[in-house]
Amino acid sequence: MARLELDQVSKQYGDFHAVRGVTLDVADGEFLVLLGPSGCGKTTTLRMIAGFIEPTGGAIRLGGQDVTQLPPWKRNAGLVFQSYALFPHLTVNQNVAFGLEMRKVPSAEIAPRTAEALRLVQLEHLGDRLPRQLSGGQQQRVALARALVFHPDVLLLDEPLSNLDAKLRQEVRLEIRELQRKLGLTTVMVTHDQEEALTMADRLVVMSEGEVRQVGTQRDLYERPSDRFVAGFVGRSSFLEGHVEAPGLFRTAGGLALGCDGQGGGQGGGQGSLALRPERISISPAPLTELDTTLEGTVEFVSYLGALIDIHVRISPEERVVAQIANRAGGFMPDIGNRVHVGWSSADARVFPGRAPTS
Amino acid sequence: MAMTGTFGSRRLGRWLLRGAAGFTMLYILTPLIFVIWLSFFRQEIPSFPPDGYSLRWYGELAGNERFVSGFVLSLELGVIATAIGLAVGVPAALCLSRFRFRGREGLNNLLLLPLMVPGIVLGMALYVAHVEVEIATGLPILGSLGGLVAGHVLVVIPWTVRLVTASLAGFDRTLEEAAQNLGANRWTTFRRITLPSILPGIVAAAMFGFVSSFGNLEMSMFLVGPGRTTLPIAILQYLEWKIDPTIAAVSVIQILLIGAAMLITDRFVKISRVV
Repeated sequence: MARLELDQVSKQYGDFHAVRGVTLDVADGEFLVLLGPSGCGKTTTLRMIAGFIEPTGGAIRLGGQDVTQLPPWKRNAGLVFQSYALFPHLTVNQNVAFGLEMRKVPSAEIAPRTAEALRLVQLEHLGDRLPRQLSGGQQQRVALARALVFHPDVLLLDEPLSNLDAKLRQEVRLEIRELQRKLGLTTVMVTHDQEEALTMADRLVVMSEGEVRQVGTQRDLYERPSDRFVAGFVGRSSFLEGHVEAPGLFRTAGGLALGCDGQGGGQGGGQGSLALRPERISISPAPLTELDTTLEGTVEFVSYLGALIDIHVRISPEERVVAQIANRAGGFMPDIGNRVHVGWSSADARVFPGRAPTS
Repeated sequence: MAMTGTFGSRRLGRWLLRGAAGFTMLYILTPLIFVIWLSFFRQEIPSFPPDGYSLRWYGELAGNERFVSGFVLSLELGVIATAIGLAVGVPAALCLSRFRFRGREGLNNLLLLPLMVPGIVLGMALYVAHVEVEIATGLPILGSLGGLVAGHVLVVIPWTVRLVTASLAGFDRTLEEAAQNLGANRWTTFRRITLPSILPGIVAAAMFGFVSSFGNLEMSMFLVGPGRTTLPIAILQYLEWKIDPTIAAVSVIQILLIGAAMLITDRFVKISRVV
């Protein structure tokens, strides 16, 4: 295992910047997740690390060695593909042994190491099968064993769970994570699934339009999103457009005066948006006290999610917020059309400068 | 009543389909059956019903110098032309299916062209070209084995390009990336991963290429030289003098050879899946 560094890595196709100046430092044994919507450049970044795409700028170092110009077969990186990409004409054993053969490992060592890798993923009994005789989850594990068997410097996972059904995905997440910890694997995973990213990562990198928006732990991203995009992409937020009138006071486009975090951006009086996490909004049939901002509104829509309930409340003709409450026995359960009171403390209302394209 | 009506018309439809299929099969098989039957007739001038049956025409074949040497030449030609056709066609198919370049469509059509140009035209054109080149360079090209092979390669190439391209279309290229990620360079990746995956297409291409070379008559007529006659030409020349069942016997040998090639190939590769 080794440290992986990306230094101002860029990829440009003609006028299109797929990746712009991405700088990352993945520590030895760290699990880093690249998270972003499709087309954000996360897969391109991963493919540059693997060596399938040559960067148009910047450098990639693996274990201190500059690998930017090395072809894929000379980099010691194990990649698990979204489609698994198992060789259909080779057995499970032959698939796993392939990387060892290529590294000219003595044949006496190949069989025990192959068996050991398959044991790690609990498939030692299926070595003689062909990939098509395995279930999706088993194929995924073979792909993982194949990527691990030659002790790569870095493990790369390209949406490895997206072809599994929801239940299996949850199990495999934990398995991969435990294996990664046990072996101390430096790992970079790409996903568009924020739940997957949040459960698996040591640190996350949120990307959008080819750029890194924020790097941090789950908590950093959720509690202190660096911009509006991150606030909307990691977890959910209700956004209210407007401007900061005075420190701690936000005036919405609909004319409401709301308390906000005085430390946030947008103090210049320019355009900004106020972001509110649904679970930080209190909602009650009775007037709320002890909160910096309280408002009255009308319930417009209720989404019953099982353990949680989303309540969409219109607070002005142009604006509404989503509050989330836990589904407790005998708890407050509003209906569409009810008048309710909502409120929040200013520290939970962050302001991001600029107008967003979507709200 | 309505129910039986539906069943009735369904059954009628089924019989119509079977009838049409049976008629088509018969239409295809009748000449083959007749040729095979004819080859066993005892009398020299084919007439029905036969006077009796014998194997003498097959014995006659073995003694016929022209048929034997024609057979050997056609076999050699087919094998050499197929080998060269694959050596050209496989890389061409790889390029055509992987890269987007200027003139790609044009190149694709060019490689398939020999299939569309009538054999007579192809032979004629090659003949004229050979004459011109021979006059210009003094090299003995006209009627040479090299010239004949070159012509047959042209016949084989469309098959190899077409069939290998078709099998590459179904090939998942992330498999190649996986191999490279695991440490295989381009050549090893091709040998260990790509080639086994497109092998059915290559085998089918070899077979169809060989068959079309082996049976080629029109083009070959312009390219053969003295003492160098392919089997189809030997048959044609024989037919100008006689129509005894020797012709039928030699055809049966051809049918058996190609049929055996098909069956053997089909054991390794499901032909119907590639073509």
